[in-house]
Amino acid sequence: MSDTSVKFGSPAKVPAWVNLVLVPLVNLLAAFLLSGVVILIIGDNPLQAMEVLIYGAFGYEEALGYTLYYTTNFIFTGLAVAIAFHCGLFNIGAEGQAMIGGLGVGLVALYLDVLPFALVVPIAILAAALFGGFWAAVPAYLQAKRGSHIVITTIMFNFIAASVLTYLLVEVLIAPGGQSPESREFAEHTWLPFFHNFLPLPETPLNISFIFALLLCVGFYYLMWHTRWGYEIRVTGQNETAAKYAGISPARNIILAMIISGALAGFVGVNEILGVHHRLILEFTGGFGFVGIAVALMGRNHPVGIFLAALLFGALYQGGSELAFEMKNINREMVIVIQGLIILFSGALEHMFRPTIENFFKKRSSSAAVEA
Amino acid sequence: MEYFEIFVLLMDATLRVATPLVLAAMAGMFSERSGIVDIGLEGKMLGAAFAAAAVAYVTGSAWLGLLGGIAVSMALSGLHAYACVTHNGNQVVSGMAINIVVAGLTPTLAFAWFRQGGQTPALTGDDRFSSLTLPFAEAVRDIPVIGYTYAELISGHNILVYIAAAAVPICAYILYRTRFGLRVRAVGENPHAVDTAGIVVSHLRYQALMVTGFLCGIAGSYLSTAHGAAFIRDMTAGKGYLALAALIFGKWRPVPTMFACLLFAFTDALQARLQGVDLPLVGAIPVQFIQALPYVLTVLLLAGFVGKAIPPKAIGEPYIKER
Repeated sequence: MSDTSVKFGSPAKVPAWVNLVLVPLVNLLAAFLLSGVVILIIGDNPLQAMEVLIYGAFGYEEALGYTLYYTTNFIFTGLAVAIAFHCGLFNIGAEGQAMIGGLGVGLVALYLDVLPFALVVPIAILAAALFGGFWAAVPAYLQAKRGSHIVITTIMFNFIAASVLTYLLVEVLIAPGGQSPESREFAEHTWLPFFHNFLPLPETPLNISFIFALLLCVGFYYLMWHTRWGYEIRVTGQNETAAKYAGISPARNIILAMIISGALAGFVGVNEILGVHHRLILEFTGGFGFVGIAVALMGRNHPVGIFLAALLFGALYQGGSELAFEMKNINREMVIVIQGLIILFSGALEHMFRPTIENFFKKRSSSAAVEA
Repeated sequence: MEYFEIFVLLMDATLRVATPLVLAAMAGMFSERSGIVDIGLEGKMLGAAFAAAAVAYVTGSAWLGLLGGIAVSMALSGLHAYACVTHNGNQVVSGMAINIVVAGLTPTLAFAWFRQGGQTPALTGDDRFSSLTLPFAEAVRDIPVIGYTYAELISGHNILVYIAAAAVPICAYILYRTRFGLRVRAVGENPHAVDTAGIVVSHLRYQALMVTGFLCGIAGSYLSTAHGAAFIRDMTAGKGYLALAALIFGKWRPVPTMFACLLFAFTDALQARLQGVDLPLVGAIPVQFIQALPYVLTVLLLAGFVGKAIPPKAIGEPYIKER
């Protein structure tokens, strides 16, 4: 008998690529199939829609710029939701944290614009992290110390954040003489450089926060798997009791993980407010916080997966706006349907296909072992 | 007397705003008491609102619209049960997914079917529930206080408002005085014990979620065929989450939940009334402050600063039968 023999009763190993690649792809395929059915029902051709979507997302330089610009937001919120997941927490409040983070960016850009670019941008990024982190710290504290459930409190905090931002924009920060709830435009030296400013590319909203997002992916990997903080967060998430016995304080790590999570979500404000709109506006978060949940789920809470999932959702966002132009029965909301179905299949129904697929590979590996 | 009239009108508006909240909160109560987190109330209501408006427009009957709304809401609830009970999926993710799918699907279908920019055509006449005048309402209107209250506040609503009012005692009766209610409460606290007693946990949770779907369907239909006169995109505007907040504020009990809904609805009616009004001492209260109030109150309650909300013990955890 060789080493490959399987002991009776021991779990047969499923190849890693099945878990990491095949299962997510099957879930994705199911979501796309069902989306195709929806497109059929409303009377368009799903294959043609797919073609338009892919061309609209990657087909030409400008489209690619928009895709990567949306990807940036999804990386931020995906990482935000992922670090909370690692700690066993469900951060449904990335949307609100992004709003408050953007508020921090806006305040710095509005009131500290006497400082030069090299100072005001780092301060603005820091403000995004601090404001977003604070907005996540309160529910985290309530979860850790007062036992109130973080899902509910973060939902409530999303609504409170929207009210705070609306109040400030309508009553306080509104541009003098302005009609709509927006602040004045920031001084030009506070703007983040666009890619088309220093590369021969067409004009798109893609700015250097994309690079910042990629750096954060690397930082996230290092933090989670190569530092004590990351280790303690993961232990807390996997087994709070074990963490306690190992001398790790769950409360401390819950609050820490949520502050980092809120800070990451707050960076959406850097991309949107400092990078693209150059003024504080309402609803710049555009649902990115909620989609972050899908990104983290699809990306299996790993930065590489999150980057790929963010790219997928970025492509959907950009390709989807193209769909609305090209197809006669499809409007922009079709993309939301596809997003929702992806969350449904890769999140809520993740256990639907998995056992079948795993059994298939277990059988194959054990029969291969018997032959050997 | 004038202050009294303003008060009655304010309460009248409160009832109209509270109706979908009460129905949705009662719906959420069955789900959550059976141990299934339901943040998908919003999506179920929105789906029902669209279906009710679409069916009512096509058939010309508000009642058929209501049936359509209930059917869609129950189907969505069934999907939630399929994900959370059959496949032990994450309940928050499932509710979230339902909310997002419905938020996208309703305007998509409305756009494709009705060509009015993601809305349904306006409903008129029998397509929607009109207000009922209760007997003697006009006759007693001139009697001070009581008669006026009866004519303005009690009479003159559409049937769904009265259904919502009746739903609270009925739900309370079902939950506390029937075998089904006892089992729902038990399965939310300790599914193992229920299983040991020979009751199938999954069937029970499916049944509870069907009740949730039914009530949510009425709530959604109310929005598009009784309160409003068409489906508009995102017309629930967070009411599902507000109902969830009310449910928690009412500590998962029917009567306190109803009062929480009335309180939240009252703040909403008050906010519409106070817009731009200067109050003595405090000046104009920002609208956004009053809008945020229900959420702030719920957080304070959850934090244990005002009372203590203790959720059903087994909530959020899929029940996996031991073999």
